[in-house]
Amino acid sequence: MNTTTMLQILGSGMLKTAAIFFLTMVFSLPLGLFFSFGRMSGNVVIRTIAKFYISVMRGTPLMLQMIVVYFAPYYVFGLRIPAGYRFVAVILSFVLNYAAYYAEIYRSGIESIPKGQYEAAEVLGYSKIQTFVKIILPQVVKRILPPVTNEMITLVKDTSLAFVLTEVEMFTAAKQIAAKETSILPLMAAGLFYYLFNLVVAAVMEHVEKRLNYYK
Amino acid sequence: MQDKVLEINHMKKRFGDLTVLEDISLSVKKGEVVSVIGPSGSGKSTLLRCATMLEWMDGGELIYLGERAAYEENGKCVYASKTELKKIHKHFGLVFQNFNLFPHYTVLKNIIDAPVSVDKVPKQEAKERAITLLKQLGLENKMDCYPHQLSGGQQQRVSIARALALQPQILFFDEPTSALDPELTGEVLKVIRELAKQHMTMIIVTHEMQFARELSDRIIFMEQGIIQQQGTPEEIFTAPNARVKEFIGKFAG
Repeated sequence: MNTTTMLQILGSGMLKTAAIFFLTMVFSLPLGLFFSFGRMSGNVVIRTIAKFYISVMRGTPLMLQMIVVYFAPYYVFGLRIPAGYRFVAVILSFVLNYAAYYAEIYRSGIESIPKGQYEAAEVLGYSKIQTFVKIILPQVVKRILPPVTNEMITLVKDTSLAFVLTEVEMFTAAKQIAAKETSILPLMAAGLFYYLFNLVVAAVMEHVEKRLNYYK
Repeated sequence: MQDKVLEINHMKKRFGDLTVLEDISLSVKKGEVVSVIGPSGSGKSTLLRCATMLEWMDGGELIYLGERAAYEENGKCVYASKTELKKIHKHFGLVFQNFNLFPHYTVLKNIIDAPVSVDKVPKQEAKERAITLLKQLGLENKMDCYPHQLSGGQQQRVSIARALALQPQILFFDEPTSALDPELTGEVLKVIRELAKQHMTMIIVTHEMQFARELSDRIIFMEQGIIQQQGTPEEIFTAPNARVKEFIGKFAG
């Protein structure tokens, strides 16, 4: 195998890693907010379901969840699993798993906003939705940035789990080349890539945090 | 009828087994300044929170400018519909002990956001109104600051401006100077004094006895969920009943 081929394989693995990362972020962040509402709901049924969901998602391996999501259409609905479903199943299981973690992060942020903010908004006549969107959420976002950054960095590394559903992301590509070439170099290159990816994630998030430093 | 801005009849409030408001009746006329004094736990703040509907009362009647927000029926307290309450909400404003400004908004935005997004006042008009208020309160150069850049006294003045921007008929103050050190208390009291001169209708829960005495048309002494004594400052301070005398005495100390 020549260097160009190796780089090509690694490069396409890289793209897949980036795709899993961005798609998971785009869908799990809003879904997490939705779950956090369920978790804080006044309705005991909704609250219990959300709490159970979060505890299962946090309490079982993501790898297992991926397998369940992949085989569910067949075992639960008796459907034939289409070929293109593997990548969808990867994204779906990542989104469902990460949304559970984000739900708890949102909850901690929302519950840390002083009651006085709600009361001030209420007396000024803001509706419930206006209060949340204009007054509460912006302050929540500022408070939860550090834990969200943590989750994002974990996600970058978790993308390597996609191999479970035989999706060749970066780490799997590197492992295959390493095996073929009996060299550890491709794995080191992959490690470097993860590190650089996370440096960028951390730098971007730090920038966002700084941008929100105008108030306390 | 219309000169009564607020009317409270037999207001009751319990928290679990604890009765906080036993039976409170009071009415406030347009332009009147009423101070509520009394020891901690006497129900002063709860009275304010029930009057501003931050807490639901358990019994009694609450009327703003002749419009009934709540009444008692078969021993239960019934509130008006959401739409009616929304209308009634516009009649009053509340200034909190710890300001509760929105930290992510500038001073100006804190003041204009509710008029613009709740009352649909055109932005330019709301802005002009806010600037007039800020000038009155000596804060026009703080317009673009964020709350954390201001002193406590300045923050409280901004929160007064925020309440006034909605042009309420009556303004409640919940211990407006209790979170401030004595040096900053003065500037807030001065603003409230100015408002009294302009005949703003106000109910002020306060521990500032001297201030209550010089400013109020009427003082209410509350204890254990009832009004123990009420009257002009003259009556309260020169002819207090035994309990009020004891309370006031502690301050004169």
